[in-house]
Amino acid sequence: MSAEVDADASQTPPFLFAPRRRQILKGRNGLAASIASTVAIVGVLAYILFATNGGAAVRATFFNPHFLWLAITGDPAKAIPSVFSGILTNIWIFLVCEVLILFFGLVLAWIRITVSPLLMPFRLLATVYSDVFRGVPVLLVLYLVDFGLPELQLGGISNQSPAVLSCVALTLTYSAYVSEVFRAGLNSVPHGQILAARSLGLTQYSTMRRVVLPQAVRTVIPPLLNDFISLQKDTALVSIAGVVDSVRAAQIGVESYFNESALVMSALLFLLMTIPMTRFTDRLIARDREKRLAGAQ
Amino acid sequence: MNDVVLEMTSVVKRFGSHEVLRDVSLALHRHEVVCLIGASGSGKSTLLRCANLLESIDGGDITLYGQSLLDPRIDPDLVRRHMGTVFQSFNLFPHLSVIDNVCLGPVRALHRPHEEVRAEALELLERIGLAERAQEYPDRLSGGQQQRVAIVRSLAMRPDLLLLDEVTSALDPTLVGEVLELLSDLAAAGTTMLIATHEMNFAREVAHQIVFLDQGVLVEQGSPAQVFDEPRHEATRAFLGRSRP
Repeated sequence: MSAEVDADASQTPPFLFAPRRRQILKGRNGLAASIASTVAIVGVLAYILFATNGGAAVRATFFNPHFLWLAITGDPAKAIPSVFSGILTNIWIFLVCEVLILFFGLVLAWIRITVSPLLMPFRLLATVYSDVFRGVPVLLVLYLVDFGLPELQLGGISNQSPAVLSCVALTLTYSAYVSEVFRAGLNSVPHGQILAARSLGLTQYSTMRRVVLPQAVRTVIPPLLNDFISLQKDTALVSIAGVVDSVRAAQIGVESYFNESALVMSALLFLLMTIPMTRFTDRLIARDREKRLAGAQ
Repeated sequence: MNDVVLEMTSVVKRFGSHEVLRDVSLALHRHEVVCLIGASGSGKSTLLRCANLLESIDGGDITLYGQSLLDPRIDPDLVRRHMGTVFQSFNLFPHLSVIDNVCLGPVRALHRPHEEVRAEALELLERIGLAERAQEYPDRLSGGQQQRVAIVRSLAMRPDLLLLDEVTSALDPTLVGEVLELLSDLAAAGTTMLIATHEMNFAREVAHQIVFLDQGVLVEQGSPAQVFDEPRHEATRAFLGRSRP
């Protein structure tokens, strides 16, 4: 009986072969297949951009080297701002907001998950806050803060520059989102951890600070970074309040030269800023996944 | 043996309309080991959680050294520093190394100097043969090792008594022995312990007193010989009949 089985196994069983037309996608042919498809796709894109009539127009309007360069240098004589110095504005707004958002987001999340009866009204306020600011478009919040607050004639805040007011608006909105991320992270820590910490006689604060928060932060970093990638892009919205950021500078350029290349340059600068962050986030997520898979064994 | 450490008097605990503990009274003396036995859901774990104030009670009284723990002036955090608690699922802190797990309580709750606590923690780990793994994270250890670290973690608080909640139930059968051995050593050294357990042989060997709970009622208590060999109640006989292999 077993001899018969052995005899069969010595021959290559034909029922294990993929159909012939699918064999090009399998095994060693995979590399060739991927090169071929890449060349084909790049070829089609290059043809559309360089060989068609519309392609020439696109290049002249959006990718004109002269105007791309002018966008970077700006033109002080004609009071046309540089897209590059504009992006620096985006970057500092992003950095300032990020710090504020992390702080307020954490405070909000903390308030929402604590059980102290003393904090009851704050819990309610925090819930209303996060519902409201996650529900209202960022653009509206920016309008309300940038054009509304100055009308209030409040000493400290009303005479701030549009850039500062825009930071306030972005922080208001993003703190609501980030607090939800933090809250999910804090809630993801198993209850047994809290029981163990309290059983050691740690206070509620110490339990949070030493046991819950350190574990929550780890799970929360990838989704947090995703929110910050959106924030990097949403700093472009401050241009509506008259802040001369990269987008506003590009708009001025477009209006002066009747050529859209400045907008493309602005987009490229944004990509330079966001791509390292997206790559880094993806790497973290992949590493996290590997760790969890390894832990499951 | 009249130095009572922990005493529960007519304790009642309800979850909604369900009475989990009905009029339970027991006393734990210094250097005494009391084993709680009973089926799952009989109220053993709840009793332990009530003892260290992780659950509030709906009737009766709990005293530590004669002081009622229901007194509103009581700070539960201070009470818990006198009682070490060990859980079925270890609940070690995964983000801290073994040594930091052991040091966390004494440093952050008792505010003792870090160096001193560390030296003491290493000594404790030495005693359970895990000193050379002090820097590793808990998930690198076996279940038995993790549970022994958890026991040491509560010992590091120098508690007056230990509460142990089915500490071997989540372990591979091959790892149960090393944990029970450690508990036997602690019992021999005079550690005051209240132990909820399904390990009948262990209970018979180590306990000074056996308490049998059935559906929240304390049915029977007495010496191991009395409860195991001459159970007075039908419910006890039925339970012991089922748990004997």
